[in-house]
Amino acid sequence: MSVNLTLLIVMGALYACGIYLILERSLTRVLLGLMLLANATNLLILATGGYAGLAPFYAKETGAEDYSDPLPQALILTSIVISFAVTAFMLGIIYRTWVLARQDDIQDDVEDLRVAETPSFDAEDDAEIPAETSEFPVATVMAGGREMPAEHAAAEEKPGSTNVAPGPEGGGK
Amino acid sequence: MNIASFAPLAVVLPILGAALTFLLIRHSRAQRAVSIGLLSLTLLLECLLLASVWDGGTAAVTIGGWLPPWGIVMVVDQFSSLMLVVSSAVSLAVLVYATGQGMADGDHDAPVSIFHPTYLILVAGVSNAFLSGDLFNLYVGFEILLTASYVLMTLGGTGPRIRAGVTYVVVSVVSSVLFLIAIAMVYGATGTVNMADLAIKLGELDQGTKTLLHVMLLVAFGIKAAVFPLSFWLPDSYPTAPAPVTAVFAGLLTKVGVYAMVRTETLLFPGDTLNTPLMVAALLTMVVGILGALAQNDIKRLLSFTLVSHIGYMVFGLAMSSTAGLGAAVFYVAHHITIQTSLFLVTGLIERRGGSSSVDRLGGLAKLSPLLALLFFVPAMNLAGIPPFSGFLGKVGLMQAGIELGTPLAYALVIGGVVTSLLTLLAIARVWNRAFWRKPSDAEHPDPVLLAAPGVRVAGPGAKLNTVTLLPRTMVGSTLGLVVLGVALTVFAGPLFKVSDQAAHDMLNRSSYIQAVLGEDTVVPMILTAGGGK
Repeated sequence: MSVNLTLLIVMGALYACGIYLILERSLTRVLLGLMLLANATNLLILATGGYAGLAPFYAKETGAEDYSDPLPQALILTSIVISFAVTAFMLGIIYRTWVLARQDDIQDDVEDLRVAETPSFDAEDDAEIPAETSEFPVATVMAGGREMPAEHAAAEEKPGSTNVAPGPEGGGK
Repeated sequence: MNIASFAPLAVVLPILGAALTFLLIRHSRAQRAVSIGLLSLTLLLECLLLASVWDGGTAAVTIGGWLPPWGIVMVVDQFSSLMLVVSSAVSLAVLVYATGQGMADGDHDAPVSIFHPTYLILVAGVSNAFLSGDLFNLYVGFEILLTASYVLMTLGGTGPRIRAGVTYVVVSVVSSVLFLIAIAMVYGATGTVNMADLAIKLGELDQGTKTLLHVMLLVAFGIKAAVFPLSFWLPDSYPTAPAPVTAVFAGLLTKVGVYAMVRTETLLFPGDTLNTPLMVAALLTMVVGILGALAQNDIKRLLSFTLVSHIGYMVFGLAMSSTAGLGAAVFYVAHHITIQTSLFLVTGLIERRGGSSSVDRLGGLAKLSPLLALLFFVPAMNLAGIPPFSGFLGKVGLMQAGIELGTPLAYALVIGGVVTSLLTLLAIARVWNRAFWRKPSDAEHPDPVLLAAPGVRVAGPGAKLNTVTLLPRTMVGSTLGLVVLGVALTVFAGPLFKVSDQAAHDMLNRSSYIQAVLGEDTVVPMILTAGGGK
């Protein structure tokens, strides 16, 4: 299988320029890069078909070994149509970006920036929760005819507490 | 006349529907009827296809009468028909949901009329990719679905969608170029693009060339399937699209990538050359993905990260290249398509009911709408792999296959899988606690929609609520249908596991596929393994 050296060099140059261009931040250049990559790939497919021969299926007397391989050309045709559609769509997107933001640059993801700027503090997980220091279960006592936690009952014993159970005459307040 | 000869209709019917709905672009009611009708017909056809191969066997259809390996073939086997049925069922549910949303919102804030044709083209692309028995036709299927997805992703052309769309389009185009380069290389090396023919001819190449082609194809499909480290684009681009679009993307598009990886690994490059790198990639995908999910506040972004993380399980099953592992992976793909889509649809409903999809702005949804809470809870627990749901069964299948394999790396993956499952539960439980259980007033920045009493409509910036129903019956109904389908996968897990194991056995054996395409008397070469794994 012989290959066309010029086509190979052109293909290499197209790949190099294409990869350089898609690394840019400007959308138009990215688009140009994608177009170059698609065309370089078309040349690659052409190269896989081997040397150029006679038109296939045209004349009966042509031997099978004199044909060019028709399949890569069919593949290239399909791939040209696809890259055409994608290019048209990308142009639409670039125009829309220009209308919306008046700039041709790829913009950063807002949510990514927010997550990157968030400190490692989490309001829910890292909140100060007062630790339960007592090893004893909270006891309840009978006080003033009601059941209440021991510490509350203790507080009510103190002078000046207004929260006293009513006496049998209804007084106490 | 065999039912399998109708397989191309699975691609033709949606394309026909796309043409019809495009003609009916000014008649939204007729558009809805045509697209739902044709998609139901497609689903019916695909169920018949699945039934015809349920007990095993593979059927190949030659397109236009050109015999393989020259012409294009479509291949129906258990794996492809199972994927077709699940994907069509899911896309039908999403379509009903989307029409419900369009009707509720009055079709005025987005060019919704273009939605139906584009959506049907997407379905046709997915079906084509699943059925294709030809590497280049697989590429065309990918391009059809990707081009349709570019349009759906940027529907309405708002600022955030365009920004997310740029990332998505550029990454997808680069992965497609890689795929095309790989096809050119494969054609240059073997002189064919028919997958059954390739299965024979690739085996005759020397090891270096084979590994190069193998790696190129896996990288191209890895970007589409969002396998770490090629998954960076997914959480940035999916969440900004409209809810039904995100749902169908999350359910289907990455799985088409996984499907292509499975075909590459089993049919084109059998053996265990790249099993170790794939296992490492699977482990990293699971762990890195779920750690990303834990950092998110927005439910849609969180689900996108869990999507990436759970792709790791499928790659794990694939990388074991044992019948048990691959069978569990096939089951897991079917389970995950359904569950992930229903979760995204529920998130769409949460966004309508609570006004936002950020957990900082939500609260008390369990009390406000118990049905919504149920719809979220069931698939969420299913995703995290709580028994007895299908997520649990699929994970147990994978773990068993991993322990059966018994290498240190397989044990590491089993542990990684369990940890990922627990972390998924943690991420989901956080959403549950904050969005559903606490009081609406406890939210950090409660959304006005959330605080408004029932019946009161909010004016101001969110004023489109004046005209919309919060939870339209069509949307809730289609989500409910999908959740029920997810539960049905649990109930019918027995027969489903049997089919997926058999599909895995056929795929690893290859002779059924190759002989269906190239004729009964084709000699299938033996699989050479480099030693090591089974």
